[in-house]
Amino acid sequence: MAYVAVKGGEQAIDAAHAWLAEERRGDTSSPALSVAQIQDQLGRSVDRVMAEGSLYDRQLAALAIKQAQGDLIEAAFLLRAYRTTLPRFAHSKPVETAAMTIERRISAIFKDLPGGQVLGPTYDYTHRLLDFGLLEDEAPPSGALTAEADAAAMPRVPDILGQEGLLEPDLASDREPGDLTREPLSFPAERDVRLQALARGDEGFVLGMGYSTQRGYGSSHPFAGEIRMGEVSVEIEPAELGFAIDIGDLVLTECQMVTRFKGSKTVPPQFTRGYGLVFGFGERKAMAMALVDRAMRAEELGEDVTAPAQDVEFVLYHSDNIEATGFVEHLKLPHYVDFQSELQNVRRMRAEAEA
Amino acid sequence: MMSALTPGFAEPVSGAQACFRLVLDAMARPGQVHALGGVAAPAPLCDAAAAVVLTLLDHETPLWLDPEAEAAKAWIAFHTGAPITVDPARSMFALALSQSVMESWHGLPPGTDEAPETSATVILQVVSLTTGTDFVLEGPGMRAPETLTVDGLPPDFAAIWRRNHAQYPRGIDLILCAGNQIAALPRSVAVRKG
Amino acid sequence: MTDRVPVETRRQRWMAILARAPAEGLMTLLNEAGGAPEYTVLRGPEGGLVMVRGRAGGGGAPFNLGEMTVTRCTVRLDSGLVGHAYVAGREPRRAELAALVDALMQDPERAETVEARVIAPLEACQAARRTERAGKAASTRVQFFAMQTMRT
Repeated sequence: MAYVAVKGGEQAIDAAHAWLAEERRGDTSSPALSVAQIQDQLGRSVDRVMAEGSLYDRQLAALAIKQAQGDLIEAAFLLRAYRTTLPRFAHSKPVETAAMTIERRISAIFKDLPGGQVLGPTYDYTHRLLDFGLLEDEAPPSGALTAEADAAAMPRVPDILGQEGLLEPDLASDREPGDLTREPLSFPAERDVRLQALARGDEGFVLGMGYSTQRGYGSSHPFAGEIRMGEVSVEIEPAELGFAIDIGDLVLTECQMVTRFKGSKTVPPQFTRGYGLVFGFGERKAMAMALVDRAMRAEELGEDVTAPAQDVEFVLYHSDNIEATGFVEHLKLPHYVDFQSELQNVRRMRAEAEA
Repeated sequence: MMSALTPGFAEPVSGAQACFRLVLDAMARPGQVHALGGVAAPAPLCDAAAAVVLTLLDHETPLWLDPEAEAAKAWIAFHTGAPITVDPARSMFALALSQSVMESWHGLPPGTDEAPETSATVILQVVSLTTGTDFVLEGPGMRAPETLTVDGLPPDFAAIWRRNHAQYPRGIDLILCAGNQIAALPRSVAVRKG
Repeated sequence: MTDRVPVETRRQRWMAILARAPAEGLMTLLNEAGGAPEYTVLRGPEGGLVMVRGRAGGGGAPFNLGEMTVTRCTVRLDSGLVGHAYVAGREPRRAELAALVDALMQDPERAETVEARVIAPLEACQAARRTERAGKAASTRVQFFAMQTMRT
């Protein structure tokens, strides 16, 4: 009997795919969407797909968005699948966010910071009113962007504040970091692996967990020490050359969250830090990541682990939207036999109860 | 920078795919000898060893390289990106031109019972896979005992292999290369002199 | 560039410029600089990945942020000079041309022309783009002078 079902399924699947292609294209009286248009005009979607697909390639992300009809998790899944077909040539030297070409840089704790507050292309001061002008073809925006470029130095806020010793310093290390794409997650998970998981984690999940820390689930009173977005160059050191070369630029968003820490037996009272770094313009994600990074450091800092966001295992096992999709959506696959046995169980229990 | 570097596979994608298929077949059917091509090996490697190296190694697979193969070091590093290590314990592959590798064999990682896949694979270049000493192989992948003829293994190879096989599921896998031919001895195989 | 700068540093500069050059522009400029010589491709052009790393806190222990697509190519001129390229993205032609120009820049007979006709114009173009974006960023810098005036 099973064979009949499989054959019928094949034809139905082909037809479903054909309909999907038709639906994706939509009304053919309007022009088809080009990948270049998505890349240029849906930049924030592209950024999110690159971050959660854990692959920086604007064109591929745009293609994935088109193919997935704008379903961003499906698009990230397509990128994850694609990357498995490619060899890895190298890992980069850690990117220097201090040398970022700044497009946005703000601090909520330090008004007159060297280099100033640079708003960049932000939605922050828009009124969240639908712009019906966008219903029509737009005229190209003519900007009030007339300022001269200047060479103001933009030191990172921790580097400025750290001098007083009240801010937890970075402990530089050249330990080879763990890699979730090579070794499956295991516990206890060190901060390197946690940061990798958060950087590729679902924005909604990380946002919710970050939000929970502000609402009292894991006591913290965070300040946005600095948020910076812009381009950083990526360097690798190929063995055949024996020196580092610059292979291009990436747009990144970095967030430094600063939290008061009452101190412990070994550490004096000071400000501790949570860190967020994501591909593209992803301020919401970087901020949430920094909150959750700090929350997951509870054990390391001698704090009680009471809240979901402080529970490393809970956060890391549920942050990946591709894994989550796989397990949630697998429920729609045939469970005919499982269910038959459940049905028999329930019938028997019912019969026993009634007897 | 002047260089004597030569290309790898003439057709990088199909060359590596075809070679991977042959290595897979050789591992699945121990004792069977396969011929491969598509690469002009740098001295002192034979074509088969060069092809296997290009196919299996990348920058995440540390290689222990026989000092006798020093002349091919730059070529291997360039085409595969594999870090070349002098410490057998840190290697995932070993490339050896002579049976001397058997002496440092015990330094190569045999994997663990929990993660047997972390063991090293030895690519051993021998004189011939058509003439030489006969070995009788038995185990998974063979319906009946198979005979493999090798010139270039040490006289006490059967005893060395017995110790390796006894660690199963841990143990070293061996890929033998001569000219353009390969054969494989996965750790699951029992070997005796024919 | 003068000879006092180590060759490695000079090469890093031109390789960084080539890594950001579009294929079409590179081809046009190369033709104006005497065209491409005969060469053999030693490796690639082939697509792959680089795992991008960051540092916890920006300056702490490294972690793996995510991967990026990269294309690499290595060529050898008939003179024996070898050029390498690793460029972000998935454009084989761009990587091959970048490797070719890297080799030419090592040739004392071609370097001066290629520097003047290929590298320098690309560098100027890339600098102009950076300046334009830096200008846009500068115009969104907040000027707090009004509040300071009120306080005094």
